[in-house]
Amino acid sequence: MSSPVLEVRALKKYFPARRRLFGGAATWVKAVDGVDITVHAGETLGLIGESGCGKTTTSKLILLQETPTAGTISFEGRDIASLQGSDLMAYRRAVQVVFQDPFSSLSPRMRVGDIIAEPLEIHTDLARAAIDERVGTVLELVGLAPDVAPLFPHEFSGGQRQRIAIARALVTDTRLIVLDEPVSALDVSVRAQIITQLEELQRALGVSYLFIGHDLATVAHISHRIAVMYLGKIVETAASDALCARPMHPYTQALFAAALPSHPDDRTETKAITGEVPSALSLPSGCRFHPRCPSAMPVCSQIEPVLRPRDGGGEVACHLYD
Amino acid sequence: MARDAVLRVADLQTHFFTFGGARVVRAVDGVSFTLHAGETLGLVGESGSGKTTTCLSIVGLLPRAGRIVGGSVLFEGADLTRKSQRELRRIRGRRIAVILQDPMASLNPLFTIFRQVAEPAFFHQHLRGRSLRERVQSLLRAVRIPSPEWRMREYPHQMSGGMRQRIVGAIALAGGPRLVIADEPTTNLDVTIQAQYLDLLKDIQRETGVALIFVTHNLGIVAKMCDRVAVMYAGKLVEQAPVRELFDAPKHPYTRALLGSMPKLGSKEPLYSIRGHPPNLASLPSGCSFHPRCPDVMPRCMTEEPRDFRPGDGSVARCWLLDDVLTRS
Repeated sequence: MSSPVLEVRALKKYFPARRRLFGGAATWVKAVDGVDITVHAGETLGLIGESGCGKTTTSKLILLQETPTAGTISFEGRDIASLQGSDLMAYRRAVQVVFQDPFSSLSPRMRVGDIIAEPLEIHTDLARAAIDERVGTVLELVGLAPDVAPLFPHEFSGGQRQRIAIARALVTDTRLIVLDEPVSALDVSVRAQIITQLEELQRALGVSYLFIGHDLATVAHISHRIAVMYLGKIVETAASDALCARPMHPYTQALFAAALPSHPDDRTETKAITGEVPSALSLPSGCRFHPRCPSAMPVCSQIEPVLRPRDGGGEVACHLYD
Repeated sequence: MARDAVLRVADLQTHFFTFGGARVVRAVDGVSFTLHAGETLGLVGESGSGKTTTCLSIVGLLPRAGRIVGGSVLFEGADLTRKSQRELRRIRGRRIAVILQDPMASLNPLFTIFRQVAEPAFFHQHLRGRSLRERVQSLLRAVRIPSPEWRMREYPHQMSGGMRQRIVGAIALAGGPRLVIADEPTTNLDVTIQAQYLDLLKDIQRETGVALIFVTHNLGIVAKMCDRVAVMYAGKLVEQAPVRELFDAPKHPYTRALLGSMPKLGSKEPLYSIRGHPPNLASLPSGCSFHPRCPDVMPRCMTEEPRDFRPGDGSVARCWLLDDVLTRS
């Protein structure tokens, strides 16, 4: 793998909750609390976790929709917090996003061609003809006919709309696309189409993906590496194959145990972990997972584990492997 | 299986009439299946395939535009399609219970958990006072709600999504049903919570012997939960089989495609993608509704609608491919 496209270091985002009478927050929601992730060129990093674990906040920080409380995000070696003017515009061109629900992420009042052309109109001074040509090219790239450009989003099915959203994300010279649960809202028979399309586009264009999801099988299928997130922290990262072969963190193991079988003979009798994700307002002491962890030890409630290299490559944050 | 059937749906047809009856949508078109006590049937299909309409037809909760135009729904020997709403109301909530996808939409935000869980026991079993309270507590305990004596005084918004869905489960169990219809009950839940909920439903089924219809688009849930599977496409049952036969030897190309498009953990094999998208029920393709998307389409598929074929391993499939296989052998 070549040099990293995206490097996130010690990223934190705290949201104030319950303010005191005269300014200042009494408590903080630590949505993202010290996250390190790296995405290489042409690579897909899967970010997996349950609702409220901070995966969407992480993506918002990368997309500059939120400012971090602490930590750095560097894109191709430059800290994005320091970007200004044309450099900032270049970053916004290079990093795009595809959201979960293509029914709400495309304006119903704009024609498909205009939706896809909008980034070009903002970021480039291409002539109308050149823009139209580029729109036609990306429509073909995502498997749609170029002559659908004058239609409106409501004339398309969910899968086709998601293709339009992907086309919009590709229209500038994009190097990283944040895919925030891009297939969860689609019909099953259409999901495979979109996943396969994304894989083909990556092979053809060398674009990197940050694939956010909660379905282990889908994330493991499309990703080269996976980072597992729990309550604002990365608890384990590893190559997708290594993680599937041997999940080490008890939370990762729980996710695998909870994953649905692909054949009735694979039904597991192992009981799923108990309890629910605690509130981010009152985080457990020590390891955040210890109240639900089947192998919790006394040390787990006192000392927070840090990420250490794990067998088979990658890192895991768990006292079991100290 | 000599056990008597809890539910026998035969050639059910439910149509929607829009524009004053000028347009007819065949949402459910000739669906038949049988469900025994303690058995779980998975009703699989994509959005618009008619799986939810099938369930609503069974319990008589169709929207106004929908009408059952043919077939029968025999529940414990009586045809539900011939019953009045008044009679159906006595069956729903007592003998048949329904769990829907979004628990926040099934629970009333203004009433305490106690009031909502107590309702079936209050109206159907006429429990009052202390025995009612004890009944509610035992129901909440059955769905693994911790400290039910406190929790039952709370309101739905004070609970997490997983807990709310378990409350809905408690209400479903309150009447001691013989049939529970669960329509995508775990779609809104996180994976670990989903696994807990599915395990809970299985435990309850083992304890009570209730028959379950599990409506889902997720074949993983089918693999985990179901004994038999019915696959719906464009209002018709295209294949029905015991769960192992369906996964090992799917007969209908649509079932094969669905199985092939499902990512398997730890496998990087390319996914099979079905071309096109589900059809509009108001303007269905001629012949077999699946033919425009089918990889094995033959000329007769475009004109003639396939009938049911029984290849002999307990499965039923509607596909002309089987006609050739069966006649040749």
